Amino acid sequence: MAENKPITKNVDWVVVLIYIACLGIGWVNIFAAVYNPEVHTSMFDLSNNAGKQLMWIGTAALLVVCILVIDYKFYETFSFIIYAIIILLLIMVLFAGSNINGSRSWIKIGAFSLQPAEFSKLAVSLAISKYLSDPAISLSRKLKDYYPILGIIALPAFLILLSNETGSMLVFASFAIVLYREGMPGFIPAIGMVMAALLIITLLFVKWYIAAAIIVIAGLVIWLMPVMTRRRGGLWATIIVAFVMIGIVFGVDFFMNNVLQKHQRGRIMVLLDPDSDPRGIGWNVIQSKIAIGSGGFLGKGFLQGTQTKFDFVPEQSTDFIFCTVGEEHGFAGTAVVVILFISLISRLVILAERQRSRFARVYGYCVAGIIFFHFMVNVGMTIGLMPVIGIPLPFFSYGGSSLWSFSILLFIFLKIDAQRPFTLSRG
Amino acid sequence: MLENRRFVIIGFIALVGLMYLLRLFYLQVLDESYSIESSSNSIKRVIEIPFRGQIYDRTGKLIVYNTPVYDLLVTPYKARVDDTLRFCQVLGIERHDFDSLMAAASAYSRVKPSLFLRQLSKEDFASIQDVMVDYSGFEFAKSSLRTYTAPTLANTLGYVSEITKSQLEKQEETYYRQSDYIGQSGVEKIYENELRGKRGTKFVMQNVAGVYKGPWKNGELDTMAVAGENLYSGIDLEVQQYADSLMVNKVGSVVAIEPKTGRIIAIVSAPTYDPNILASRYFSKNFAALARNPYKPLFNRPVMASYRPGSTFKLIQALIGLQEGVITPGSGFTHANCPMHCHNHPATGTVALGVMHSCNPYFYNVFRRIIYKNNIKNTFRASAVGLDNWHDRISKFGIGQRLGIDLPSEYKGNLPNKKYYDRFYGEYRWKFSNIYSLSIGEGELLITPLKMANVAAIIANRGYFYTPHVIHGIGDKKSVNPDYLIRHDTGVESHNFDPVIEGMVGAVEGGTARRSRVEGITIAGKTGTSQNKRGDDSSIFIAFAPVDDPKIAIAVFVEYAGAGGSAAAPIANLVVEKFLARKITNKALEERMLKADFMSKVILPGVKKPATADSTKKKPVTPAKPVVNKPVAINN
Repeated sequence: MAENKPITKNVDWVVVLIYIACLGIGWVNIFAAVYNPEVHTSMFDLSNNAGKQLMWIGTAALLVVCILVIDYKFYETFSFIIYAIIILLLIMVLFAGSNINGSRSWIKIGAFSLQPAEFSKLAVSLAISKYLSDPAISLSRKLKDYYPILGIIALPAFLILLSNETGSMLVFASFAIVLYREGMPGFIPAIGMVMAALLIITLLFVKWYIAAAIIVIAGLVIWLMPVMTRRRGGLWATIIVAFVMIGIVFGVDFFMNNVLQKHQRGRIMVLLDPDSDPRGIGWNVIQSKIAIGSGGFLGKGFLQGTQTKFDFVPEQSTDFIFCTVGEEHGFAGTAVVVILFISLISRLVILAERQRSRFARVYGYCVAGIIFFHFMVNVGMTIGLMPVIGIPLPFFSYGGSSLWSFSILLFIFLKIDAQRPFTLSRG
Repeated sequence: MLENRRFVIIGFIALVGLMYLLRLFYLQVLDESYSIESSSNSIKRVIEIPFRGQIYDRTGKLIVYNTPVYDLLVTPYKARVDDTLRFCQVLGIERHDFDSLMAAASAYSRVKPSLFLRQLSKEDFASIQDVMVDYSGFEFAKSSLRTYTAPTLANTLGYVSEITKSQLEKQEETYYRQSDYIGQSGVEKIYENELRGKRGTKFVMQNVAGVYKGPWKNGELDTMAVAGENLYSGIDLEVQQYADSLMVNKVGSVVAIEPKTGRIIAIVSAPTYDPNILASRYFSKNFAALARNPYKPLFNRPVMASYRPGSTFKLIQALIGLQEGVITPGSGFTHANCPMHCHNHPATGTVALGVMHSCNPYFYNVFRRIIYKNNIKNTFRASAVGLDNWHDRISKFGIGQRLGIDLPSEYKGNLPNKKYYDRFYGEYRWKFSNIYSLSIGEGELLITPLKMANVAAIIANRGYFYTPHVIHGIGDKKSVNPDYLIRHDTGVESHNFDPVIEGMVGAVEGGTARRSRVEGITIAGKTGTSQNKRGDDSSIFIAFAPVDDPKIAIAVFVEYAGAGGSAAAPIANLVVEKFLARKITNKALEERMLKADFMSKVILPGVKKPATADSTKKKPVTPAKPVVNKPVAINN
């Protein structure tokens, strides 16, 4: 039976190789980012981030081995318990956590700090998968089936918000992909995108023009719809949608000024115009674009990056690690990284689709969605396509918590996937 | 149905990936501007200023060199001064100086070094260097100061100072930057391009706070600074300083030239000042004091001051007369039929005697014959033609034009021609009787001491000269400006000089300059007295020696000193003796000349009558000893 077969035979080696490649490239770039030309530090020196990251990689490898050894049913069975433990940790950190960079989200163990928020992604993924593994649940028909999911997400999100880690909270948006795959009507993500688009358009153009444009478009729709679909009732729906959109346009000001905090507002404004505050919030965006842009096609060479080496780019070994890749290895380097991520995520989607159990599929989509969201936001922010949101680039950024949580997240799925030939379909 | 949604999802993921790749391709490959911004962010060009070239005298002694000085820099965020009191004592500054300097430095930058104290001498540096080890955040930077071996040659050497705004704007190719130093006058200005050397450029990397982070590309693109070229001058420092001492409390010039080469042996502009005071950090204060001084010590008299040559000009008249053939060595003239006065002297039956006794009517007649040599009947026309002919002859002596010495602002002087008088009188409305004062070097003639020294050199050479110059060798190869190797002929034949030189020897041995004759050296000289409407006449003397093999030609001008024999001749002859014999035999004369004070006779502009000696007596500008231990706050 399955238990007799070595895990190495069934594990998806494509994903494992991409994972190893990411860790290797990441580690080299962390070394480059912290490298000080005056003090020739070693890559293995535990006093710098590169040395520490190597230690984290070692421990992550141990974790991976453990995950692969543990029975695959464990994760499904203990989903809610793992979720509960993480929630407890998140509550605990609010009271006992150490304050690092203004967010109270770290648990200090000796010289190292762990961030429970990083592990909440895993907990929520398992919990949602477990919940959706019930075949009676239908996201396309029953609204009440959404409530538990919203609850599963909202609880940790709220706790994370309390500890001031907005970035980690936004990651929960990535579950939209899973929900869409599992039957959520397409108009919901469409509405989300339209809202985001409206927000940006509103900040760029005069509101009355936008309102006028919406009315014109609505008029066109009403005029053309009978011709196209010959359906009735679309008239009122269109008018309502148009008015809601105009309402959003005028609500953006309220949202920007009253809902968002000052630094969040600044980050959105800077995304639209980095030069609006070049020495302040715009600094990160401008400097990271300079770093990446100055890399050229082949880059400046390993350890030759001046932007990253001399601290022009902030947080270079963590959130802005992609800048080091861009500066020292040029477009060749960044293209490799982008392709690695897109391949990894696509591969995960393909793997998820071939799962026989719904739990496994949902979980696979969760992993793909989370990694995709991190990739999209992190890389997007360094090249000025996304607002600056402090979330790490999976497997690349320095940091034990994020490396551990992503490794666990990924390998639980690989473990489940490895058992696929021996599981029976239940959904 | 729902399975098909995976295509939407994968499509979306791929779309984002593609978008990012395109964006990266644009940022990294297509848009070049980021590379430039990156360089300007982290790569800084540091200019290394080389040492200026040094200047040597004819014996190989250094005249100008560079003294390394030390600027004390502070990096505020690193600075730790626990016992401020001791620190201030060591540096010799006050507590409030310390506070204001630190505040200024911090205001500029907390992480970059700022100037704390500038131009500490080697001695000060040595004394505080050890103590400074106790205080972190302070470092020394080497720079250099122009230093002069002797307090002499101030105007000749010129000075170096920060480039002015207009100089900065006017420079043809952008070389200098703000706060760069540049030669402002004298040799420093003329030979600026040779002296300044080649600046080095270093590319260094700096971090976000502007802190130095090592060379860029391991210094591959760096260029080394090359020190400026040394200059070799014909100045004899010992003679120069001796001449300086003789000119103390006098206003005037001494110019001594080596006739065979045109090299300048000594060039005094009196009153003078110690050039070191303009090479200190008190430049502006000292410069302002010099500029305000009514005796104009910054006025380089040997090349800029103009006088009427007086009787010294008679030498040239005699030479032209002989060359034109209007007189012979044996020609004699009496005082009869001459509108000019003369003093009592034996009969002047030859050119030599005319020169020796400096007979005014004699040269009135010589000049008259030169002007009327052409046989034009109309005296107006004859004068016009004659004057232009005379003008062309005299021009060959370098009079009325710039000689081309390697010093800035050389004054052309004035040598009148027909056109010149036409402007005053109208064409053919003047004749010899209007211009005869030229015959004895008065009238509209204007010459500089340098030109008169050159005339002495021409006579010494019997007919030719080399352009007088201070510097004759540039750099290790001692290359020479080719202009200074061109022999200029005056068109007066060598034999015509004999009677003139005979007269000059006579003038020193038993004529107008007999009181300053030098035992053992035959000097040929000629006194002159330049009339001065403001007060006492200027005393002029030109000479060369030894007569058989001239080694030195000299011109001395002393303002307000009266007749040529009274001041200029003794000074000139003392300098000649010093140069040729290296000792002074006539100690009494030397003593008298050292003590002589003609400065008190100077009537300054705006002063109506001669003031008493006390009130106008001017002390030479005493060089302010630079006090190094005074803080200077700097604006960066």
